Amino acid sequence: MTKPASLWPAPPDTALLELEQVSRQFGVAPGATGFGQRMARWLGQPRPPVTRAVDGVSLAVRPGEVVGLVGESGSGKSTLGRMAAGLLAPTRGEVRVRGRALDTLPPAERLAARLAVQMVFQDPNSSLNPRLRVSRIVGEAPLAHGLCEPSALDDYVCAQLQRAGLDPALRHRYPHQFSGGQRQRIGIARALAVAPALLVCDEAVAALDVSIQAQILNLFQDLREQLGLAYVFISHDLGVIRHLCDRVLVMYLGRVIESAPATELFTRPAHPYTQALLAEIPDITQRRSRFSALSGEVPSALNPPTGCHFHPRCPQAMARCRQEAPSLRGIAIQHQVACHLHPSS
Amino acid sequence: MSLPERQPPTLEVRDLHTRFHTRDGVLPVVDGLSFTLERGQVLGLVGESGSGKSVTGYSIMGLLEAPGRIEHGQVLFQGQDLLTLAPRERRKLQGHRLAMIFQDPMGTLNPVLRIETQMVEAVRAHRRCSTAQARQQALDSLASMGIPSPQERLRAYPHQLSGGMRQRVAIAIALLHGPDLVIADEPTTALDVTLQAQILSEVQTLVRERGTSLIWITHDLSVVAGLADRIAVMYAGRIVEQGTVDEVLDHPQHPYTQGLIGSLPSANRRGQRLRQIIGMAPNLLDMPAGCAFAPRCPRASDSCGQRPDFSAPRPAASGHQVRCHHPGPRQDSPEAHP
Repeated sequence: MTKPASLWPAPPDTALLELEQVSRQFGVAPGATGFGQRMARWLGQPRPPVTRAVDGVSLAVRPGEVVGLVGESGSGKSTLGRMAAGLLAPTRGEVRVRGRALDTLPPAERLAARLAVQMVFQDPNSSLNPRLRVSRIVGEAPLAHGLCEPSALDDYVCAQLQRAGLDPALRHRYPHQFSGGQRQRIGIARALAVAPALLVCDEAVAALDVSIQAQILNLFQDLREQLGLAYVFISHDLGVIRHLCDRVLVMYLGRVIESAPATELFTRPAHPYTQALLAEIPDITQRRSRFSALSGEVPSALNPPTGCHFHPRCPQAMARCRQEAPSLRGIAIQHQVACHLHPSS
Repeated sequence: MSLPERQPPTLEVRDLHTRFHTRDGVLPVVDGLSFTLERGQVLGLVGESGSGKSVTGYSIMGLLEAPGRIEHGQVLFQGQDLLTLAPRERRKLQGHRLAMIFQDPMGTLNPVLRIETQMVEAVRAHRRCSTAQARQQALDSLASMGIPSPQERLRAYPHQLSGGMRQRVAIAIALLHGPDLVIADEPTTALDVTLQAQILSEVQTLVRERGTSLIWITHDLSVVAGLADRIAVMYAGRIVEQGTVDEVLDHPQHPYTQGLIGSLPSANRRGQRLRQIIGMAPNLLDMPAGCAFAPRCPRASDSCGQRPDFSAPRPAASGHQVRCHHPGPRQDSPEAHP
């Protein structure tokens, strides 16, 4: 086992994690021309469909920053999160940790880079092994990576659980003996156990009751203050995103359509889709409201609309939107939008 | 105002007790629930997991399964007690005058039958008519839910529809016969915000047009704020606070309701710590005597060992009731220091 080197030093303004024009396809890549595929096509079988789950997205997370990824189901936000966490390799594009491309790193450094980015999943039932005790779930990775001596492991695990707000006395129990909120804390303790610099949280509070959700959101903020953690926070809940994030990327069918600091995005949304999303945040101060909905649904990523992906649902679509896909352009400081309504300033 | 022959309310639940008989003991899942729902009214039944809100829905609909059992109480639907009704009579009402919408539409839809087959069957279960007439009724119902090209959807199997579309079909089936009471159990929880807004808007319109009474079961206060006329907050099988939406959300008196509202991230408290409720919901096998919320409550005192009854804390408010020994506005809210 290669012992992980600690992360290399970098100038203070270097991004902790950068994704540069990453794309991810599912299905057969267009260039796949193996004999089997050629035969199948010759025999009349249609080419298997290709889904562009993520299509040319760039993302940078600075140390200690919280970046939110918002979008409906099928927008590619989870795929992007998995690429950020190193669980999926991009089909195209480059992932850099502290300025160095992941696929050019020697093994020890690559391991350190992978450990620096950890993931917290939505469903603690399927992301925790039901047959392992909590002490093993949390302690396995630090032991394997040599972050902790076997003799000191028990104390180490206790410290991690305490940090995640769990009673260390419960460490010999199995996941099913915990409530949903506690299981999410186990998942967080497991991620923290390898001393990451960035947590990718994929809908980490979506399955929890509101009172438990508040506890976990407070925990995320405490950890940020104590450990200087950065987050990529993936959620469909704009209320949570607004509460937690410094910067927000709005995704639609695999592309980023707007990116801005959170305060700017929530006060001056520029893209019609963002505006529609914001109008639909349920709010307890709104009574007997008329839910004026964005019509239609997200189209299939197998067969996305031409031009701007959003034009079939857009109330302000023009002829140009059907033909030409808008690129991300800056319209204010750190505020980018991909929409023909906003020519670059 | 009290006319001698007043129409009975659509639904009146009186002292409903539903218990689950398990190997470990008897769980009081619904513990003395009473509320009234007038015609055309929307009630938001709010609570967290395990509060008994779904079991309340099942108990009213008559869909309770073992080990659950209704031990006591009355469920008066238009003045008629559903619990003493013969099963045959009751089944005539289920799906006809009373309907339920579930969180997971795949639990409602049969995966191996076309939508058409399922809808025609549902129509003809309660109405004598030809297949063609039933099909027309199904089409109308789909169209009223804002489903595009309903002709095509009728020919589809459930797996060919998206999640949002499936939920609309399930709602269209529930509304086929224009029921007087619909119980919706978190039907939009699994959906995206845009779809949730679409479905809420369609349900809202239908309910208004037809005067249907609706119980919307949810854990999300912000959804019922925009939809409901009245709110009942449940905790550990009991209603702890009920009243009009404005009363309950603007002047919550129960510490639990205040905790729920404080837990919600909101625009003007961005980045600040959320006010969380400490601890967890009690184990129903081992309920605290007296007030079930007392172990988590900042205001708990010795008197909380006694079970609190409903009181009306704000004299001006009609129908606002709180089950608490120490009701009152939040200590740190502006109301506390006038």
